[in-house]
Amino acid sequence: MTMGRLGNAQPTEVIDRGAKLSFRWNGKRFGGFEGDTIASALAAAGEQVFSRSMKYHRPRGILTADYWDPNLLVQVGDDPNVRAGHRRLEAGMEVSAQNVWPSLRRDIKAANGLVGRFLTAGFYYKTFMRPARLWPAYERVLATFAPGGKIDLDTPHRYHDKRYMHPDVVVAGAGPAGIEAALAASADGARVLLVEHEHAVGGHLRYDSRDTAVAALAELRAALDASDVEVLTDSTVTGRYEDNWLGIVQRSHPVAVERLIKARAKTLVVAPGLIERPYVFAGNDRPGVITSTAARRLINLWGVKPGERAVVFTANADGDAAAADLDRAGVEIAAVIDGRQGHRVSSTQGSPRAVEAVVSGGNRIEADLLVVAAGWTAPTSLLNMAGDRPVYDPPAARFFAADPPGNVLATGGLAGDGTLDELRAHGAATGRLAAQRAAAVAHRLQALTARAQPVGGEEPPWAPDDRIPLGRDPHPELYRSDTHGMVDFSEDVGSKDLMAAAGEGYDSVELAKRYTTATMGPSQGKLETVNTVAAIAEARGETIAAVGTTVWRPPYAPLTLGALAGRGFEPVRVSSIQPWHEANGVHTILAGQWIRPDHYGDPAAEVRNVRSNVGLIDVTPLGKLDLRGPDVAKLLNLLYTNKWSKLPVGKVRYGMMCAEDGVVLDDGVTGRLGDEHYLMTTTSSGAGGVWEWVENWLQTERPDWRVHVTPVTTAYTSINVAGPKARELVSRVTDGVDLSPEAFAYMEVRTATVAGVAGCFMWRIGFTGELSFEIHVPAGCGLHVWEALMDAGDDLGVGPFGLEGQRIMRLEKGHFIVGQDTDGLTLGPSTGLGPLIKLDKDDFAGKPELAWAVGRPLPMIVAIQPDDPNIVPAEASQIVAGDTNQILGRITSSRMSPTLGRSICLGQVEPELAAGGTKLTVLLTTGERVGATVMDHHAHFDPTGERLRG
Amino acid sequence: MLLVPCPYCGPRNSVDLRYGGESQPRPDPATATPEQWRGYLYRRDNPADWLRENWYCRSGCRRWFTVERNTATNEFRHPPMPGDKRGGKA
Repeated sequence: MTMGRLGNAQPTEVIDRGAKLSFRWNGKRFGGFEGDTIASALAAAGEQVFSRSMKYHRPRGILTADYWDPNLLVQVGDDPNVRAGHRRLEAGMEVSAQNVWPSLRRDIKAANGLVGRFLTAGFYYKTFMRPARLWPAYERVLATFAPGGKIDLDTPHRYHDKRYMHPDVVVAGAGPAGIEAALAASADGARVLLVEHEHAVGGHLRYDSRDTAVAALAELRAALDASDVEVLTDSTVTGRYEDNWLGIVQRSHPVAVERLIKARAKTLVVAPGLIERPYVFAGNDRPGVITSTAARRLINLWGVKPGERAVVFTANADGDAAAADLDRAGVEIAAVIDGRQGHRVSSTQGSPRAVEAVVSGGNRIEADLLVVAAGWTAPTSLLNMAGDRPVYDPPAARFFAADPPGNVLATGGLAGDGTLDELRAHGAATGRLAAQRAAAVAHRLQALTARAQPVGGEEPPWAPDDRIPLGRDPHPELYRSDTHGMVDFSEDVGSKDLMAAAGEGYDSVELAKRYTTATMGPSQGKLETVNTVAAIAEARGETIAAVGTTVWRPPYAPLTLGALAGRGFEPVRVSSIQPWHEANGVHTILAGQWIRPDHYGDPAAEVRNVRSNVGLIDVTPLGKLDLRGPDVAKLLNLLYTNKWSKLPVGKVRYGMMCAEDGVVLDDGVTGRLGDEHYLMTTTSSGAGGVWEWVENWLQTERPDWRVHVTPVTTAYTSINVAGPKARELVSRVTDGVDLSPEAFAYMEVRTATVAGVAGCFMWRIGFTGELSFEIHVPAGCGLHVWEALMDAGDDLGVGPFGLEGQRIMRLEKGHFIVGQDTDGLTLGPSTGLGPLIKLDKDDFAGKPELAWAVGRPLPMIVAIQPDDPNIVPAEASQIVAGDTNQILGRITSSRMSPTLGRSICLGQVEPELAAGGTKLTVLLTTGERVGATVMDHHAHFDPTGERLRG
Repeated sequence: MLLVPCPYCGPRNSVDLRYGGESQPRPDPATATPEQWRGYLYRRDNPADWLRENWYCRSGCRRWFTVERNTATNEFRHPPMPGDKRGGKA
C-alpha cells in the first residue's frame, strides 16, 4: 500500500500543519506535525512495517491506529513498549522498532514463520520440558526471542504523582453518551469527573467528518467547557474495586510523567464505547489489512491517505462510512464486499507492499489496502470488575451489560445502538440517574456515621432505572472466514492453534487462553477475546453464549510501576541523638520506620568496652506508654501473665504478655512512678501493636476501668548507660538522687535531674547484663544529655554501642527477643518463664490456653553452644536427629561472643532435648552436621546476675 | 476497597482501620473449657448474610466500634454501637 498525507485539510483533523516536528525512526530522520501520533507521522511518510510479530517475526503494519494496536509497540528513547498508535509525536523523539534482529526490514527470526507449523500451541511447554537440567540453557536462548523493548537500568528517576478524589459521579469514556451523562449529572448538582482514554473528548464523533457529527461534537464540547465537569483526557479508569474505589491513570500531566488518581465515586458510569474486532482469515495480519476505524482515524484525524486502491469488507454502517471516507480521500475503491449479503473475504496474498484479496467464490482483486468492518467487541472490563457477567446476544453479535450493581451504570455501545440522538438521550438519562443515586449513597453514608457528620432530611429514594433502553442493531456473526488466520496479533496465536488446543482438551476458554496465551499479550483481549471464544465455540460445535467469555480484570490499560509507586515518599524516624551518631561514624540499620545505630565500626570492641568500662546506647525506639488512673494495676494484671497489684512506687518489674491463644506477644518492664502513674515499656517493634492491644482491652472488654493511655515513645529520648563504671558516670551528671546500691537498687525507678534536665525517669535495668541505668529524657533535651554523658565519662573510657553490640550482650546473657527467638506458635511456658505465669489470678489475656499449656511438654527455648567454639551456625539452622533429616528444633540466635571467645546460640528444641547437657546435631547451611550442647542456663555469661545487681 | 463507616470520623477506607473480625463474647476464663475457649479463638460463623463485626479506627480516632455488614453485598447498616460485643450472626 502507499500512504501519504492528504493535500487538503480535513474538517476533523487534529494536526497543526503549521507546526512541523522532526524525529528519528530507526536512526533515520522523519517529519510530522503537532497533533500526530508517532504512527500517523510514520504512515504519512509512507512507512508500512512497524514491527515484527512475536513468534513468527512476520512483518506487521497498522491494524487499528489507536492505543490498542498490537503492531505499534515501539521504543522511544529509554522508554520501551510505547504505543505508537496513541503516543503524541514530540520534536526530537528517538523512535525505534522492537523485537527485530538485525533490522525491521531484514529479520532473521522470520525463519520461524517457515517452521510455523511446528510452533503450535504449547510448543515451548512440550519441547523444552525435558531434560530439566537443560532448562537454564534453553532459557538463555529463548530469552533473546522474548518480545518487548529494552530497559535502561540507568534511566533517571522521574517524578510520578498521586491524587485522591471524592467525586459524586465518575464517567469512564467521553463519547457522545459519556459526555451527555457527565453534563446531565453535573446539571443535577453532582460533582462529576469525566475520564477519556484518548487525547480529546468525542469518541467516534472525532473521526466522523459528516456535518451532523461535526456539529454535534462542537455542541458537546461547548457544553462541557461551560459546565463544572472536570475532564481528564489521555487518562484511563484502570480498575473498579469495592464501593466504587477507582484507579485512574493520567498519562498527560504538565509536571509528572504519570499520575495515579485514586477516586471514591458514589456512582460510576461506564461508557467506553466499542472496539472494532478484526476478522479471522488467511493473511489477516498482513500490512495493508486494517480495521474500518483505523481507516477513518487515519483520514479524518491526521489527514493520512491509507492506500491507493482499496477493497472494503463491510458488515455495518461504520464500514460503509469508511468506504465513503476513502472515496472522499481519493482512494480508489476496487470493491465493496458486503458481509450482510453473505459475502466474505477469504485470504490475502502478495508481498508486504501489495494486498491481493481473495473473496468468497475465489475471485481475486488487486489492491494495496483491505479495510475490514466485521463487528465489535464490547469492552465490559469495568462491569466485570463490579461483578457483572455480560451476556452474548447472537442477533447483535456482541456482548452486553447484564445486571451490574445499582451504583454502576452502563451507557453508549455497552448498552445498545441507536441514532446519535438516541445515544445522547440515553447518556443524559444515565447521568441523571447517576446523580440521583449518588445523592442517595451520600445520604446513606451520612446516616451511618451521623455522629461524625449530622445528616439532614429524609433519605432520598433509590431512583428506579426508568431509562428508555437502546435498541440493538442486527449484525452478522462474523468471526472466521473459510480459512484460518490470526486471532491474537500480540501473541501470534491463530484460529488453528486455538482449535488444536481445544482438540487436545483445553476446550474451556480459561484453559485455552492459558495454554495458547491468546488474550494474554499487550492488547489484553481488547481485540481478540471474542474471536478466541468464537474459535473455541466452533471447535466444540457450540454457541459463543455457551462457551462464555473470560473475566476481564484490572488494569483496563497498562500503567507503569512508577505510577503505582508514586512519589517514593517513605517516612523514617530518627532519635534526637541522630546528629551525634552521624558525626561519629555510625553504621545504621533500618528497624521498622526507625533508623538506628547498628554499630560504630567494631561491635566486638563496643562489647568489650561495655563489659570493662561503660557504654551508651540510644534505645529511643523502645515503646513507651504512660498509664494513669486508679485501675492501672488491674490493667497490668490483665495484660501481663504475672502479678502487679503489690508493685510499690519506685519499683519496676519485668512482664511477659501473651495473646488470647497463649502465644508470646511482647515483653518489657513497667515502673510505678506514682500512686496512679506508671510507665510501661514494650519491645521497639511491638510499640504500635501493644498500644492497640491495650486500647482493645480498655474499650471493649473493660470500658468501666479508669485508665488513661498515652503513647510517649517519641516524647522521650531513651539512653541506656551500661558497664561496671556506669554508676560513676551517671553520678557525675545527676542531681537529686542517691545512686548508691543501697538507696537505688536493681529494678527500681527514680525521677531525676540529669545534666540539668529535670523530669528524667531513670531506672536500673538493662538488656546487657551489666550495671545499667536507663534514662528517659524529655526528647528535646536528649542530645544534650547524651553529649553531657559522653563528656563526663571521657576519663572512664565511655563509648557508644549500637544495636549489634547490645544483641551480642543480650545473647551472652540469654535474654530472648520476642519475634526473633519466639514465633507465632511459641506459647508462654516455652520461653522458660513458666514461673511468671500466675494461674491463680482471676483473669489475664490467654489464661485458659496457658492453663492448658503449663506442665505439658512443649518446645523450649534453650541456650546452645556448638562443640567447636569457632563455628557460628547461621540463624534458622536446623537441629536434626543424627544423620537423618528429622527436624527437632532450630537455632534462633547465634553470635561469636567477644566476652567468652566462643560461639553462642539460643534455639528452640523439642521438649525431650531441653535438659542441660543434651547433645544436639546442628545442620549447617553448607550441609555439614556439627555437634552442640544444651546449656544448664539461658545465660552463657554471669548466670547469677552479679554484675547487673552490683 | 471497602468504605467503612466510622461513627466518629465518617466513612473511611478500610486500610485506615484494623478489622477486628466477627464480634463474639469472650467466655469466662474461669469456667471455659479448652474446647469452648478454642471455639472463641478460632471458630467463626462466617455467614453469607448480615454479620456483627468489630473495627478499630487505627489511623483516625483510635476507637473500636461494632457494625453490621452484609458479607454478600458489603452493605453496612445501623448506626454503630461503640464497644458492643454481642455477636456472631446479626
